[in-house]
Amino acid sequence: MSATKWEVVIGLETHTQLKTQSKIFSGSSVAFGASPNVQSSAVDIALPGVLPVLNREAVVCAIKFGLAVGATIAPRSIFARKNYFYPDLPKGYQISQFEIPVVQGGGLAIRVGEVEKYVHLTRAHLEEDAGKSLHEDFQGKTGIDLNRAGTPLLEIVSEPDMRSSAEAVAYAKALHALVQWIGICDGNMQEGSFRCDANVSVRPVGQKEFGTRREIKNLNSFRFMQQAIDFEVQWQINEIEEGRAIQQATVLFNSDTGETRAMRSKEDAHDYRYFPDPDLLPLEITPAWIAEVKASLPELPEAMKARFESDYGLSAYDAATLSASREMANYFEETLTAAGRENAKLCANWVMGEVAGRLNKDGMEISAGHAVPLAPTLLAGIIRRITDNTLSNKMAREVFDALWVGEEKDADAVIAARGLTQVTDSGAIESVIDEVLATNAKSVEEFHAGKDKAFNSLVGQVMKATKGKADPQQVNDLLRKKLAT
Amino acid sequence: MSLNQEGVGRIARLARIELSADESVATQDQLNDILGFIARLQAVNTTGIEPMAHAVDVVQRLRPDCITETDRRADFQAIAPEVDGGLYLVPKVIE
Amino acid sequence: MINASLKELSAALAQRKISAVELATLFLNRIERLNPALNAFITTDREKTLAQAQRSDDARKVGAGDTVAFQSKAPLSGIPLAHKDIFCTQGWRTTCGSKMLANFVSPYDAHVVERMATAGMVTLGKLNMDEFAMGSSNETSFFGAVKNPWDVSRVPGGSSGGSAAAIAARLAPAATGTDTGGSIRQPAALCGLTGIKPTYGVVSRYGMIAFASSLDQAGPMAKSAEDCALLLTAMAGFDTRDSTSLERPAEDYSRDLNQPLTGLKIGLPKEFFGDGMDADVRSAVEAALDEYRKLGATTVEVSLPNSALSVPAYYVIAPAEASSNLSRFDGVRYGYRAPEYTDLADMYAKTRAQGFGAEVKRRILIGTYVLSHGYYDAYYLQAQKIRRLIAADFSAAFEQCDVIMGPTSPSVAFAFGAKNADPVQMYLSDIYTISTNLAGLPGMSLPCGFGNNNMPVGLQIIGHWFDEAKMLNTAHQYQQVTDWHSRMPEGLA
Repeated sequence: MSATKWEVVIGLETHTQLKTQSKIFSGSSVAFGASPNVQSSAVDIALPGVLPVLNREAVVCAIKFGLAVGATIAPRSIFARKNYFYPDLPKGYQISQFEIPVVQGGGLAIRVGEVEKYVHLTRAHLEEDAGKSLHEDFQGKTGIDLNRAGTPLLEIVSEPDMRSSAEAVAYAKALHALVQWIGICDGNMQEGSFRCDANVSVRPVGQKEFGTRREIKNLNSFRFMQQAIDFEVQWQINEIEEGRAIQQATVLFNSDTGETRAMRSKEDAHDYRYFPDPDLLPLEITPAWIAEVKASLPELPEAMKARFESDYGLSAYDAATLSASREMANYFEETLTAAGRENAKLCANWVMGEVAGRLNKDGMEISAGHAVPLAPTLLAGIIRRITDNTLSNKMAREVFDALWVGEEKDADAVIAARGLTQVTDSGAIESVIDEVLATNAKSVEEFHAGKDKAFNSLVGQVMKATKGKADPQQVNDLLRKKLAT
Repeated sequence: MSLNQEGVGRIARLARIELSADESVATQDQLNDILGFIARLQAVNTTGIEPMAHAVDVVQRLRPDCITETDRRADFQAIAPEVDGGLYLVPKVIE
Repeated sequence: MINASLKELSAALAQRKISAVELATLFLNRIERLNPALNAFITTDREKTLAQAQRSDDARKVGAGDTVAFQSKAPLSGIPLAHKDIFCTQGWRTTCGSKMLANFVSPYDAHVVERMATAGMVTLGKLNMDEFAMGSSNETSFFGAVKNPWDVSRVPGGSSGGSAAAIAARLAPAATGTDTGGSIRQPAALCGLTGIKPTYGVVSRYGMIAFASSLDQAGPMAKSAEDCALLLTAMAGFDTRDSTSLERPAEDYSRDLNQPLTGLKIGLPKEFFGDGMDADVRSAVEAALDEYRKLGATTVEVSLPNSALSVPAYYVIAPAEASSNLSRFDGVRYGYRAPEYTDLADMYAKTRAQGFGAEVKRRILIGTYVLSHGYYDAYYLQAQKIRRLIAADFSAAFEQCDVIMGPTSPSVAFAFGAKNADPVQMYLSDIYTISTNLAGLPGMSLPCGFGNNNMPVGLQIIGHWFDEAKMLNTAHQYQQVTDWHSRMPEGLA
């Protein structure tokens, strides 16, 4: 190994499929999973003489995104033709935006662990998707399905601001959450609604110029993204260290082998000959339209995070975690409303801890639209019984588990059914303590000799004797008082 | 800016038009005649002139997001060179 | 009947002097007899035509008892019309004059085709044209050149040459055409007809096979301005399927036909009356201007200083757009596919090499070049800037006049082969017509006499944006005092 330290530089281009009913330039349905070519209209298959007409809703989605990332919404943007031949591109050109995209600049905050970073966006532009080439054997030929052709996409291009695969994944996840949050994309990565291309290069630490980049195409899961980038980075470093220069290329990631390889199609032939599409006049977005869209936007994650910190006194980490998805945030706020905002921290802990953990264990994801088996009001019921000292944490978890699987109608019912009331009568606890102290003289001795562990052991004995129903804090206090006398 | 044989070949490849060797030579001459003819545009001072992409100075009209198309695959594929199982067939594409 | 105006045909149908079926049969028989020598039609289908005519007759019967109401509602119902083969017509072969689409039966109708059908017009067939509308002589058609009915050794003009020849030979009383750089006006001039290219955006381009999208515009061709006004009223109108279709109230283009021309200011661009025009054309045009002065108009010299740049600018912009528009012809979903190929790239290259003719390929290559990396700014962007200069010239000129007049074409119809060897010479045939397309302005041509070898000469009228009714009025008033538009080639009775 050479001594050179390498810095990784990553920029992402993300194709988000916009949540519209019809295609971007035709009235065909964009529903997923139809038989081949039944959702391919005259416009989609590019019959001679047909013309594109832009879907207003696709523009609304772009405006929403621009507002959500603090970008400039171009008052006038231009659709251009990107010319190349490919069988799944029926017109021989893709309608996209080139010189003047609809969304310019902006950015979003990402977090890797506890570290926060701001990733700048270059632009986001509207374009149409291509169809699908099916390479399975059709008499040794490739089959073309144009149902996807013309599906509206917002291509979101980041600056090369990321310095590790972890940052790239964090950015992709933040973006994935955001586009779902604002309702412009269903986020379904299996169906290709959210696909990333990663531009990856390496350079010696301290070098100003970027290295030559290779573009990894079509990363459709976060795990693959991480694997592909890690492999690619190592490959590039090895190449350079062995004296070979990196050639600019488009590469594909093979998830079976975990490797990237350059595409066989000739990149050098690409000269897209962009020019303004003469069929489409300039797209005008007035301040009034932007204001109208703005009014329809939900509270954005960053604003919500700030509010969680200032209004509920949550830590930055908790606020960020809870505002990672709109569903999670809503669940938290509903719980809080029912439990009382003075219990914010407790609500946060329960949502991030028990609820998230249990969902994860059950293979569910709140952001994927899975309904949480436990209604927020039920969780609030548990929390109220913790704060009024009816339940210890341990008991509360038992109640939680019972309610999660649908046992009983609420926390109080579980408490009653299982006799889970916490003992808070100090007289009763004191008599148990007296008993424990009497039978554990050795521990008492050790405590007085300065061994803290002995104290814990005594607490444990008391808790055991009360079958866990005593309030641990109360046990602590009373025990210390007794031992001090 | 005149075109040599290599340039003609590059453009023909971009345009996906096969040219035989003879055609390529004839094409080179014709294209250079035309390029010579349009070269006079270069002499015009257009500083500060906004390019005009459309014949009319209006902005784009937008369509409501409605599904208006129905399945016409059978009609459309009746005129296709080669189809199978609803798919258009082309020679094997290698990525 | 074959010389009758559309108004006369309409009246004859209303008065039951003739049925739509009889009228269609009359023209179909003429086509059968005369078309082989002229090659104006690519496709006819007697059964389909007569079925349409029958529907018109049936509709008229339903409206019986109130023929006046029926006629005022559908003045064109039952009148035959032929479509340039650039318009997609459902169930009819739509070839665009190309081998690429020689067997393409369109699964849908163009907006123009729909509109004319809604008006009750009966389709006689599909008309020959330069391949993909690229040509000024009709010699680029895969289906062979159309002959000029005034002299079959000469070209009819192009690209709507089939439309012009069909009307001149009275194979159809009216036709549709398209005009990207003069393709309605130049053949109208060369065949002694009247034709109008409306303001860009007035007629929907939906279903009209694109050549150069920012320049293409459909319009009617007929014997007279009065006929054209009726046809344009039916043809024009907003269409949601074309983003460049303009949302304007419907117009009756016949409304001003009978306005007197007193006080009309005719602008004469000095650049249109220079050396480029043949002497015979000049004298016919000047005689026409004298006629206009007699009608009460005045003439004023105007200048279009950048008009010499219009042809080179056009031959950057039009091929650039065409190179992209014609990429869809790849042998995958419809149209020609080469019979033999080794792989996908070879299939594309051979399909397009075999499916397109020489001129189309030339323009695709030029267009590809001017858009390609490193040349875009120098060619394409520069041409677009010059386009704006040309449009601005017209705006300035229209401050001094109501309409602009000049020759449509620098010469009368030329002989076959005369300009084939030199594409640039051919391109210059459209020197007077191209600038209106670049500016998006309406332009028309009407017959104004005969030149060398007794070939027709066309007078061009260019109007301000949306001034079609005024232009048609200007042409109609001239046609009330001249009879050039009702002359007919000999030997075609």
